[in-house]
Amino acid sequence: MVEFDYMIKDEHGIHARPAGELVKIAKEFQSEIEICNGEKCASAKKILGIMGLGATKGNNITVKADGVDEKQAAAAIEKFLQTNL
Amino acid sequence: MTKYSGKIAFGGIAIGEIVEFEKPDRPVRRIHTDDTDEETVRFNNAVKCAEDELTALYDKAVAEVGETNAAIFEVHKMMLADDDYLDAVINIIRQQEVNAEYAVAVTSDNFSVVFSSMEDEYMKERAADIKDISNRLIGILSGKSARHNNFAKPVIIVADDLTPSETVQLDKDMVLAFVTRKGSTNSHTAILARTMNIPAIVSSDIGEVKDGTMCVVDGFNGEIIIEPDDAITDEYRKKQAAEEERMKELMKLKSCDSVTKSGKKVNLYANIGGVNDVAAVLQNGAEGIGLFRSEFLYLESDDYPTEESQFNAYKTVAEMMGGKPVIIRTLDIGADKQIGYFDIEQEENPALGYRAIRICLDRPEIFETQLRALYRASAFGNVSIMIPMITSLWEIKKVREIAENVKKQLEEKGVPYGNPEIGVMIETPAAVMIAEELAEEVDFFSIGTNDLTQYVLAIDRQNESLEKYYDAHHPAVLKMIEMTVKAGHKAGIWVGICGELGADTTLTEQFINMGVDELSVSPGVVLKVRKKIMETE
Repeated sequence: MVEFDYMIKDEHGIHARPAGELVKIAKEFQSEIEICNGEKCASAKKILGIMGLGATKGNNITVKADGVDEKQAAAAIEKFLQTNL
Repeated sequence: MTKYSGKIAFGGIAIGEIVEFEKPDRPVRRIHTDDTDEETVRFNNAVKCAEDELTALYDKAVAEVGETNAAIFEVHKMMLADDDYLDAVINIIRQQEVNAEYAVAVTSDNFSVVFSSMEDEYMKERAADIKDISNRLIGILSGKSARHNNFAKPVIIVADDLTPSETVQLDKDMVLAFVTRKGSTNSHTAILARTMNIPAIVSSDIGEVKDGTMCVVDGFNGEIIIEPDDAITDEYRKKQAAEEERMKELMKLKSCDSVTKSGKKVNLYANIGGVNDVAAVLQNGAEGIGLFRSEFLYLESDDYPTEESQFNAYKTVAEMMGGKPVIIRTLDIGADKQIGYFDIEQEENPALGYRAIRICLDRPEIFETQLRALYRASAFGNVSIMIPMITSLWEIKKVREIAENVKKQLEEKGVPYGNPEIGVMIETPAAVMIAEELAEEVDFFSIGTNDLTQYVLAIDRQNESLEKYYDAHHPAVLKMIEMTVKAGHKAGIWVGICGELGADTTLTEQFINMGVDELSVSPGVVLKVRKKIMETE
């Protein structure tokens, strides 16, 4: 399993459009990808779950990828977060 | 006669009858069913049908309001494909043995509660998206193809709030104006109204109004006048007619090319100070942004704006322009634009003093932060960087060196960046005189005529008593412009004008004859200048 933390810098947090983009990326991988914001966790492949995390500016989220392509998946998600959020 | 007011989402005047927008969320009845398989099939079919509708809506929105604004419908499609949502509905159908409409309504409520309870205003608004997709499904399931707000004649639409799909689905020719009680000027609906050129007022205090009531919507002042008397109506009719006449003539040119009669193309761009001006740029059919005055980000802030906040502003503008050129000028403060937190000492001659690139080269940490934000944003659109107040060759070489360093930093961190062109503003006589040498080092020239005039004529442009000497049409200024164009073309780079003079239609023909490739003007005068270009031989 690969795990990393990321602090949200975007003013609006993970709102509708980036959540959509994030899901698109997550779905390209076979690994289970989970994102947690404090107590709340959701699959990165489900847009409502991701938006439901309520991750806003300053929140520290944890991303866990588990599966055959976990490394690539984590790298892709991390790159997306750094560029967009 | 009653007056209400609200926030201006888009200017313009509308006079007509009010219709309260009919929300499709009629009460959904709970009906017991024995055949839950049948209900599940009905539900799955409705989802497919809704997906098709959303695809069609997305295409319609792309054509009418552009890809960025249409993206919300793609998000709606993803919500519809979300297992959490689908499973929740099917579970309710099976467990409670109920009709699909009811199961969708309950699921919708459950999910919207999650969003509504969030602290963040933006997230709260997302509850509307869930309701939007759910109402679509219920409409399909109940056979009443959702929201048939068909009007016999154009009307003023009043609503608590409008969802993006409600806004786009309305027949544009049947809507005179939008007035909503909720919503912000940055909501999707407000943005859509702007791109659709329909007067819109949001967050208004308008009360219950009977359908068919006469009303004036003054989008310029954010006012709504219910049952206006004849004098007021007449006054607004005149205003409206004058405005319409002016706009009609000009709007014909909105999607025209800025080409002269003999076929010379001029790139006609607009000047902006920030993200909020982009709507006006698009509304007026500018072909790009020729001058994004980045100093407004610094002026509006109490402290140095962070790389992140700059990156977000540049990226948003680049994305909204959808691949059209966005030329961003690096920090240009000093002289008449002073900022407290920069701690710049008082000087005798600020216009000849510590300003623009001189500050940036002196305090590289400020400049590097801005360049990092610019390079990162350039991965998201057609961004170019423009350096102000250049007088010597070494300055641009130094800028290139710092830029290379910034690229290396980003590379090392694995942060994506683009490859923006770098150009300079030509606004000092020195830059004109060494234009041939400068042209070898940069990708474009943009002439800042305000400062160029001040420096060529040795006239402080802030000094009102010198106004009669400040002649922007002075032959010396025009010769400087001509020299710059020649030098640029000799080196094979384009040359534009981004100062006030660019919008001076008495000079347009002369500029075209000199070979000026680009004019960048205020969004509001783009069409006026385009008209002039098209009338030129």
